[in-house]
Amino acid sequence: MNAEDQILDKITSSDYKYGFTTNIETETAPIGLSEDTVKFISAKKEEPQWMLDWRLKAYRHWLTMKEPRWAHVKYPKIDYQDIYYYAAPKRKEGPKSLDEVDPELLDTFNKLGISLDEQKKLAGVAVDAVVDSVSVKTTFKKTLEKHGIIFSSMSDAIKHHPDLVKKYLGTVVPYTDNFFATLNSAVFSDGSFVYIPKGVRCPIELSTYFRINAAKTGQFERTLIVAEDDSYVSYLEGCTAPMRDENQLHAAVVEIVALDNAQVKYSTVQNWYPGDKEGKGGIYNFVTKRGACRGVNSKISWTQVETGSAVTWKYPSCMLIGDNSVGEFYSVAVTNNHQQADTGTKMVHVGKNTKSTIISKGISAGYSNNSYRGLVRVTKRADNARNFSQCDSLLLGDKCGAHTFPYIDTDNKSAIVEHEATTSKISDDQLFYLNQRGIDTEDAIGLIVNGYAKEVIKQLPMEFAVEAQKLLQITLEGSVG
Amino acid sequence: MLLNIKNLHVEIDGKEIISGLNLGINKGEIHAIMGPNGTGKSTLAYAIAGREGYEVTKGEIIYKGENILNWEPDKRANEGIFLGFQYPVEIPGVSMTNFMRTAINAQREYREQGSISGKDFLARMEEKKKLVEIHTKLTSRSVNEGFSGGEKKKNEIFQMAMLEPTMAVLDETDSGLDIDALKIVANGVNLIKNEENAFLIITHYQRLLDYIVPDFVHVLYDGKIVKSGGKKLAEQLEEQGYEWIKEEFERVS
Ligand SMILES: Nc1ncnc2c1ncn2[C@@H]1O[C@H](COP(=O)(O)OP(=O)(O)O)[C@@H](O)[C@H]1O
Ligand SMILES: [Mg+2]
Repeated sequence: MNAEDQILDKITSSDYKYGFTTNIETETAPIGLSEDTVKFISAKKEEPQWMLDWRLKAYRHWLTMKEPRWAHVKYPKIDYQDIYYYAAPKRKEGPKSLDEVDPELLDTFNKLGISLDEQKKLAGVAVDAVVDSVSVKTTFKKTLEKHGIIFSSMSDAIKHHPDLVKKYLGTVVPYTDNFFATLNSAVFSDGSFVYIPKGVRCPIELSTYFRINAAKTGQFERTLIVAEDDSYVSYLEGCTAPMRDENQLHAAVVEIVALDNAQVKYSTVQNWYPGDKEGKGGIYNFVTKRGACRGVNSKISWTQVETGSAVTWKYPSCMLIGDNSVGEFYSVAVTNNHQQADTGTKMVHVGKNTKSTIISKGISAGYSNNSYRGLVRVTKRADNARNFSQCDSLLLGDKCGAHTFPYIDTDNKSAIVEHEATTSKISDDQLFYLNQRGIDTEDAIGLIVNGYAKEVIKQLPMEFAVEAQKLLQITLEGSVG
Repeated sequence: MLLNIKNLHVEIDGKEIISGLNLGINKGEIHAIMGPNGTGKSTLAYAIAGREGYEVTKGEIIYKGENILNWEPDKRANEGIFLGFQYPVEIPGVSMTNFMRTAINAQREYREQGSISGKDFLARMEEKKKLVEIHTKLTSRSVNEGFSGGEKKKNEIFQMAMLEPTMAVLDETDSGLDIDALKIVANGVNLIKNEENAFLIITHYQRLLDYIVPDFVHVLYDGKIVKSGGKKLAEQLEEQGYEWIKEEFERVS
């Protein structure tokens, strides 16, 4: 038995020894949503009063709101009283070894080229104590501390950096913002907090993967990133491996604050369980992501590769408040089978000489529906605002749909707003041409789709980009022929 | 025999286009197929390559001793069948380099050889580019995108050189080429040709055959080979056109 197996063996057997005898199931809040639920969550997390007050304000406001229905998606009515809003990270009875993991899942891991160690982690096999990963995390933490960077769970931040959290939480996405963001404000489980001090360029990509205690982020994730003057950070969310979760509803909130000359790059690969081929099951992903470029010359860049979830509702946005600030949105959204995605961005130009770029690439296959929804708004005092938008749709087959809803709203005559849109299809001629050169149909589709999405993929950090490319191809498997 | 087509019948949308075609090609041979427009030359090429929608209703295509009618197009390609397209298609966003590397690796994987190294691949690109006098700027673009008609045809020969097929079918690679480009294409074929491979050159004019000397010339008419001969036949067709073939054919049938 090699070292890794030994450790695994030890952990899994000890898990058996203690995990089954200790009753830890009591950590779950009663089903449904009420003030008591909110209080229960806050108490479990040992939060200060101000945090509870904020949650309660959000909850009371939420009661006055209606679920939005304007997105081009259809899903059955959600019963908000039939959901558990808090389940403590229970020591769950995960699979004992990879032999017990769904072979289909493993097959996908292999195609993604994910290492065995990583596979175990992703499949929930208990390897948290593997010496290697702990030491990686520790080194990682030391590097950050040296620069004064804070990277912790939101719960820890509320405990250890209450002033910072108080100062910024809800300032970009107020608790009144929209139905799902308000719900999140009331019941958020956990998430990440990032603080980059003045003048610091974060030397490593921050990824949730490295965050201690990141194992169970829960369905109502809340993330806050603050970049002080002259700082830089690149943040990675999600992972390319398929993520299964018994919670169907996910409503996350991400807030970013960029001060003078600060730059924040936020990259997402979203691959939540999309449901089966008939469209059964799958995650509803209703996310509010917004960045505020508060400082002059600040920049926020969103890059997203969306391949998962049954229903996606998501518009990472930028408020360009500081003069000369820049907002960017690069997106690839792939839908297959019965998936539905309504995604895009909002660029709100408030400061002078502000610039925004929107590159959106939708890919639809099967019976899916893929919509781009975007708003470019130029307010009165935003002299010389510039926007360029490119929204492309690629269709595979003739049963899927692609839709574009670009809204432009300008109050300043000096604004230049350009919008380009194309719709194309992968033709049989193209596939046959590639087949004739020895490339099988799945690889051929991968080649074409990755070529099509190249502009967005190249915005991703290198290792992420390689995985994202494979992911695009895997998502579209079986979509032609 | 490398390729042996026996009593081939091909339908498109239920309409018979090839009706009982026989053709045998040995290694080391160059065959030319000539014929008026719309007689089924491209249909034959597609049937050999296994394109969907070109339904073989009768007959056999035997390649390296095996009936390949059930083989997928990519398998046929990886077994060494290459089709130079009459109308090469544009694939936006896919770089020539990535395309060629994927194709070579697909072939190598099929043959259980393992992927080509970046260095070897680039060396091969350089070598073959010279062979067909293709510009570096072309291989840095997307596949056929923004290529002129002549550049697209040269690109087909370039791909053929890269993939080193055993049985190459070139469908009117000469059409629309000026004399310089024609010479480059012919030169490419002559350099690639050896004792182990064979060519089936589909052409509308005998012009190309001044530079590539065929061992056999066949005339395709109404979905059948109605006449076969040597290089002389091509010259005769050039001088007299296809009318006499039609007349002869109609008299017989
Ligand atoms: N995709 C198609 N659908 C229907 N008919 C076709 C198609 N392709 C070719 N044909 C018909 O088949 C016949 C032979 O065409 P083709 O093989 O392209 O001839 P050639 O290459 O000799 O000019 C023509 O009558 C043409 O109209
Ligand atoms: Mg033709």
